[in-house]
Amino acid sequence: MSKAFLIDLTKCMGCRACQVACKRWNNLEAEHTSMTSDSWTNPFRLSARTWTRVDFTELQSPQYKAGMKWVFARRQCMHCLHPACVSACPVGAFRKTDEGPVVYDAQKCIGCRYCMVSCPFGVPGFEWDKGLLAQPLIKKCKMCVDRLGAGMEPACVKHCPPRATIFGERDELLATAKERIAANPDTYINHIYGENEVGGTSMLYLSSVPFEQIGFPKLGSEAVTVNTEAVMEKTLPFAAAWTVILAATYGVVKFRERTNPQGEEKNQ
Amino acid sequence: MNSENKTSSPTISFSWTILIILMVAGFLTTVARFIWGIGSISNLNDSYPWGLWISFDLLCGIALAAGAFTTAGGVYILGFDKFKPLLRPAILTGFLGYLLAILALGVDLGRPERIWHLIIYWNPHSVMFEVGWCVMLYTTILALEFLPMPLERFGLKKPLSIIHKFTIPIVIVGVVLSTLHQSSLGSLFLIVVNRLHPLWHSKLLPLFFFLTAVAVGPAVVVVEAYLSSRIFKRHFELDLLSRIVKVIPMLLGLYLVLRFGDLVIAGKLGALFTGSLLTLLFWIEILIGVVAPIYLFSKASVRENQTSLVKTSLLVIIGVVLNRFNVSLIAIARPDGATYFPHLLEFCISFGVIAGGIFVFWLAARFLPIWEVSDDASKV
Ligand code: SF4
Ligand code: SF4
Ligand code: SF4
Repeated sequence: MSKAFLIDLTKCMGCRACQVACKRWNNLEAEHTSMTSDSWTNPFRLSARTWTRVDFTELQSPQYKAGMKWVFARRQCMHCLHPACVSACPVGAFRKTDEGPVVYDAQKCIGCRYCMVSCPFGVPGFEWDKGLLAQPLIKKCKMCVDRLGAGMEPACVKHCPPRATIFGERDELLATAKERIAANPDTYINHIYGENEVGGTSMLYLSSVPFEQIGFPKLGSEAVTVNTEAVMEKTLPFAAAWTVILAATYGVVKFRERTNPQGEEKNQ
Repeated sequence: MNSENKTSSPTISFSWTILIILMVAGFLTTVARFIWGIGSISNLNDSYPWGLWISFDLLCGIALAAGAFTTAGGVYILGFDKFKPLLRPAILTGFLGYLLAILALGVDLGRPERIWHLIIYWNPHSVMFEVGWCVMLYTTILALEFLPMPLERFGLKKPLSIIHKFTIPIVIVGVVLSTLHQSSLGSLFLIVVNRLHPLWHSKLLPLFFFLTAVAVGPAVVVVEAYLSSRIFKRHFELDLLSRIVKVIPMLLGLYLVLRFGDLVIAGKLGALFTGSLLTLLFWIEILIGVVAPIYLFSKASVRENQTSLVKTSLLVIIGVVLNRFNVSLIAIARPDGATYFPHLLEFCISFGVIAGGIFVFWLAARFLPIWEVSDDASKV
């Protein structure tokens, strides 16, 4: 039993109610922004103060009415099933809960920012403007765990006017997504983003256009954590074997020196 | 070896002034960082969480400190006794390299006051966890390898003899930890699957980092010996140094074969000829930092001439520096519109740290027996 979001981009109208609801529920400060993109997306990216943001993409093609169309896509932490941030954090500050949310323990974090380097979606934000006393932290969407505990829906879900984002059990939402695609094969592309990406995520997306066109990273179905975790598993056995090899080499060299005390020219 | 009073000559006091200015500037920048945050003195941002300090101070610093474990391993484990005169300067350089990397990390970490959390909160899946432990443990080993120098200087015979008994275990543990540490710095980037450019992302990253660190070790020893010979008016040990660089073509040759073999097997050869800026960087890194040194160092005439020996060693160093910057900073894709170039004050930190290193090296060279190899004193 694991909670998830189904975000249907064909229903989103770009009102940014989720962006505002998230700021209000989590008491996030406003950001100084400027028009940086050639679109209406604002602010510049997810950050410690903006945990969800609506991306505005203007697509041009003769097949669209008027030659163009908007696609609105809210982005936030994907709450991966095999989260890179959880695997990467040296002190285990991130944790994937059984209920679905990937949560952060502010008491543990040492601020190395490896989670930010590792996250395939570039989600975690750091508080760059806080000094030693202000105690900077990593911040990101927490799937409103604090509301879930009280039996409420996440703030952004609750405030989505067209119900473009819905909340529920991951397998049920997957079934819903498949039904929608089957019922309207002309509206949707046949791809549920997040079903398999990086081993699956708790955020599932439906779209009318290929996800690459609206800036979603193209990802395989293998968790990004497999290589690092495989290396880490081999580390201790490797260290033990290497110690034995070095000690044995030392022994052989010493033995040779003793049996051949003159020691001819040694070369590198 | 006859000019004792160099400190009072005008050139030295000029370099002293520069060193002191750099150290003070670095210190003041550090104070600002602790008051107003990392953002106030750097151009780091959410799209570029790691910048100059990680690429240069940590990744290059640790790679360039590899001379300590390779020389110690060569002398004590493989029994190449004749390289002993190179050992102490190499260990001192390595020890300082690690201390300086730790200093820079103290600035770069968001919560340096919590560094001890690494000891109580464990995440054995995390490469950063391994990196942290290797830094702590290997710095301790380097301190033990360095300790005989001050102990001898102050004639503390008892502790000296205790440490000598443990020389071999200390060296072996040092080599094992260094192997883990050098390779784990490469493993860090295994997880950046979709954003690190295919010419650099490889399952062999840990092996690549280890091989290049071992190869750069002798090159650093050469350059460090050259600088010492200039600053301290010492004899440049051309004979020994031209021998240790003989391993470089072998190591870099193996590295080159693996690197291209890996590209072939992964079917990435096409990426070599795209004409993009990154492809160009790849070729510069490989041709200048790998192919050229392999060719040059396999010629006796290059190895046995002081100038070309030093210059070719510099090529190896440049190659490794370029590689670390490419993997950790330049070849990682970022969201559109995100930019980063180190802030002037970021350079202040890095240069201040280097100035501090030179300063301490100078102190040690002047007051500690780092070039002495009497029979007993030569242990460790
Ligand atoms: S999207 Fe990034 S931050 Fe969120 S769970 Fe996945 S890896 Fe962690
Ligand atoms: S910045 Fe904090 S949460 Fe992120 S990896 Fe480092 S210690 Fe973990
Ligand atoms: S789930 Fe909560 S924290 Fe996450 S984006 Fe929605 S409102 Fe913000």
